[in-house]
Amino acid sequence: MKISELATLLDATIVTKNSASDTEISCGYACDLLSWVLAHGQKGMAWTTVQTHVNVVAVAVLMEMACVILAEGNHLEPASLAKAEEEGLAVLETEMTAYDICGRMAAAGVAPSAR
Amino acid sequence: MQEYTLADAYEVSARDYATAGDASAAIKRKLKQLGVDSAVLRRIAVSSYEAELNMIIHSLGGTLSMTMTPSEIRLLSADIGPGIPDIEQALQEGFSTAGEEARNLGFGAGMGLPNMKRNADEFNIQSEVGKGTQIRMLFHL
Repeated sequence: MKISELATLLDATIVTKNSASDTEISCGYACDLLSWVLAHGQKGMAWTTVQTHVNVVAVAVLMEMACVILAEGNHLEPASLAKAEEEGLAVLETEMTAYDICGRMAAAGVAPSAR
Repeated sequence: MQEYTLADAYEVSARDYATAGDASAAIKRKLKQLGVDSAVLRRIAVSSYEAELNMIIHSLGGTLSMTMTPSEIRLLSADIGPGIPDIEQALQEGFSTAGEEARNLGFGAGMGLPNMKRNADEFNIQSEVGKGTQIRMLFHL
């Protein structure tokens, strides 16, 4: 599934301007503890969180993730948005909860992360 | 193969969450340009980021250094204090002394040192209360 298709699936807005929306997603994940995400993050991952600060972008970029999905109407902080755009990381924002996001992604066939 | 050594060092400031990850990102970018295998690169990225964040969260400031030879990459995280009173306890997964600011940002899961240990081929930590902490990690190429 491409990022643009994921945005449609999740009623989400891609808030980063210059990110590649045709990037393929390899798997899905949800977590708000950054060290935990560092232990389990994968290349191409679509990561759901409610964290909005700049370290979210740093972790996603280090892990070479496809995109970050901000749940429950959370918005990226301005500095985080600038950093994401600078790094070419796609960030999606949606009103859905992390639970609902994962449910829809799983139903649509997005793989879980490998353990 | 011609022998060479590449060395790099980055200053890490205490409590500077806004630039957290910059040193690790710079190291990763450089190693990627040099063609380091992506699986090794990922382990180095996790380890350097955790070391960098540990210094930001816990230390009074320090330096993250990387040296590379044809056969290995070494990371050294060296800070100026306050040091770890009980290293065995600090190495336990889930144990953390991170403050509220760090926890609110999603840090302080007690995974930092375990993540470093898991990802490095060799891991060594030395700490003295009041002096500082040195973490040495080695990655085979």
